[in-house]
Amino acid sequence: MIQVQDIRKAYNKVQALDGISFEVGKGELFGIIGPDGAGKSTLFRILTTLLLPDSGTALVDGLDVVKDYKKIRNRIGYMPGRFSLYQDLTVEENLNFFASLFGTTVEANYDLIKDIFIMLEPFRKRRAGALSGGMKQKLALSCALIHAPKVLFLDEPTTGVDPVSRKEFWEMLAKLKEKGITILVSTPYMDEASLCDRVGLMQDGRIFTIDTPQAITRSFPKDLWEISGEHVYKLLKVLEKFSFTHAVHAFGEVVHLSLPKGGAGSLEIMEYLLENGCGQAEIKRIDAGIEDCFMEYMNEYA
Amino acid sequence: MRSIIYIVQKEFLQVFRNKSLLPLIFVMPVIQLLILSNAATYEVRNIALHVIDHDLSQTSRRLVGKFEASPYFEIVNTSFSQKEAEHDLIKDKADLILEIPPRFEHDLEKNSAAGLHLNLNAINSAKAGIALNYSNAIIQDFNAHIRAEMLPLPPEMAPPSVDISYANWFNPDLNFKTFMVPGILVLLVTMIGLFLGGMNIVREREIGTIEQLNVTPIKKYQFIIGKLLPFWIIAMFELAFGLGIGLLLFKIPFVGNPVIIFAFAGLYLTVILGIGLLISTFTETQQQAMFLSWFFMVIFILMSGLFTPIESMPTWAQKITWFNPIAYFVEVIRMVILKGSSWGDVAHHFGALTIFSLALNGLAVWNYRKRS
Repeated sequence: MIQVQDIRKAYNKVQALDGISFEVGKGELFGIIGPDGAGKSTLFRILTTLLLPDSGTALVDGLDVVKDYKKIRNRIGYMPGRFSLYQDLTVEENLNFFASLFGTTVEANYDLIKDIFIMLEPFRKRRAGALSGGMKQKLALSCALIHAPKVLFLDEPTTGVDPVSRKEFWEMLAKLKEKGITILVSTPYMDEASLCDRVGLMQDGRIFTIDTPQAITRSFPKDLWEISGEHVYKLLKVLEKFSFTHAVHAFGEVVHLSLPKGGAGSLEIMEYLLENGCGQAEIKRIDAGIEDCFMEYMNEYA
Repeated sequence: MRSIIYIVQKEFLQVFRNKSLLPLIFVMPVIQLLILSNAATYEVRNIALHVIDHDLSQTSRRLVGKFEASPYFEIVNTSFSQKEAEHDLIKDKADLILEIPPRFEHDLEKNSAAGLHLNLNAINSAKAGIALNYSNAIIQDFNAHIRAEMLPLPPEMAPPSVDISYANWFNPDLNFKTFMVPGILVLLVTMIGLFLGGMNIVREREIGTIEQLNVTPIKKYQFIIGKLLPFWIIAMFELAFGLGIGLLLFKIPFVGNPVIIFAFAGLYLTVILGIGLLISTFTETQQQAMFLSWFFMVIFILMSGLFTPIESMPTWAQKITWFNPIAYFVEVIRMVILKGSSWGDVAHHFGALTIFSLALNGLAVWNYRKRS
């Protein structure tokens, strides 16, 4: 459904996209995971025909984003990262306006937006600017869906939205996927990666790896330990000097320590911590998450 | 076509919902017409006059009396000291000092000649010039009477003189408002077109809604027409509204054909909206667009002949006004309303604005990109 081949784009001297290639199959929920500034929005804007790439080709539903942009616009739905609906128009007016621009009506495609629209129903006469973040996001999704697109582009749809709304939103995406809509979604939240069929990890205009979230975490090449103690910062400093350490990162209240496979066992780690005044720390062998993998790839490419 | 209607509908919805815009659309013409046309006047009245009469004779008092009787002068002070008079002038209490020397009457009678001295505050040179003209007129009139009295000759032996009689065409009472109101209507229409219209497209860009619009299949021309047409309609309405106020409140004589005015305004607005559109194509925020719009607006207005006649500008400046759309409309609206000019009289104005409209809109559309 989406084929991207070596797309490059530079703003002045900053290389925003540095040779991006990937493919998304029909009905797939594909996630682009990466921190702010990775180039996600630039990629989305190229695929939604808003921006011209410097080089490379991209096809959406078999149509070239540069040459066939007019045809593409009828077939895609785009939800920009920034709320881009009319704040001074009501929920209903926004929906009707975008429906009519696509030459359709809300009723004609009601089936598709029904699940979302039911949640918006109580606020139909409210101005979009007066909606909560979660409701704004639902309205934006409805507007992007109003013309029954084949491909949906969602640029950081859950940024700045509360955890409950985020969960609801991903449930909605799963339902849309069941209806056969191909979805490309970007997010800076690593925990959302596991909700995608496949993900691409992106940083500095490049994609490190593309695979299912399970395969990515399974292929983590190191032993990973979670260490918790009173002073995370001290733990971090101490473990950085540990001779086996491959990498160590703070994860909120705990520290993730990665060691070469079979490099050191729990005894050696405990012993080292004891020697360095961190005797009360608890250690636990864990499986890697997407974030661990992301850090690992970043290390590798740096 | 249907897309244009949807956008126009949406624009009107937004304008009518905008709490500060809607009242302004109705209040602005009233305020501008009432205040500007009354305040922006060239008539110089109440020139503050300081009189130093060293003579205090019958003749000198007659002269002072003439100044007193004139509606243009107001005697604010009299004294016998030049110092005191100069003090008044410096303190801005007086605009003009009339100094009558001692033995004024005596000199007139004996030597058939006498001098007078006028000191003017010329900070505002236009006002000073007018004050001087008025004083000259009074003094000459006085002169003529004095001569007639002192040389009592029978009428057939009176010295030959040319007597000028004149009539003010098209504005017989020299009513300044009649002249200003049509010009201010131009200002009104221009403000709506340039500021509201141009700003409206930049606003979509600034708040990001243009992103969402650009991914729809809507075409460039549909978007542009849909965005600008509402303000064309609003501006035409404003013109009608303002003209109504001018006719009812100011009783300006309307001798021409109103169809010419509205036809010209319609064309003129495409030029102004084109300028707004062009500005919006190379600005990102409303602030930038506003700043640029004001830059052009100030130049256009000051060089439009609205407040100062184009004929009195230097030649190079007059040539610049050939490219000033406001100047054309100011001229046309005055010609038609006050003089009753016909289609043929304003044909070349129509021609010039058609060229401007095509050039500016062509440039703007060419420069407007849905994607970069």
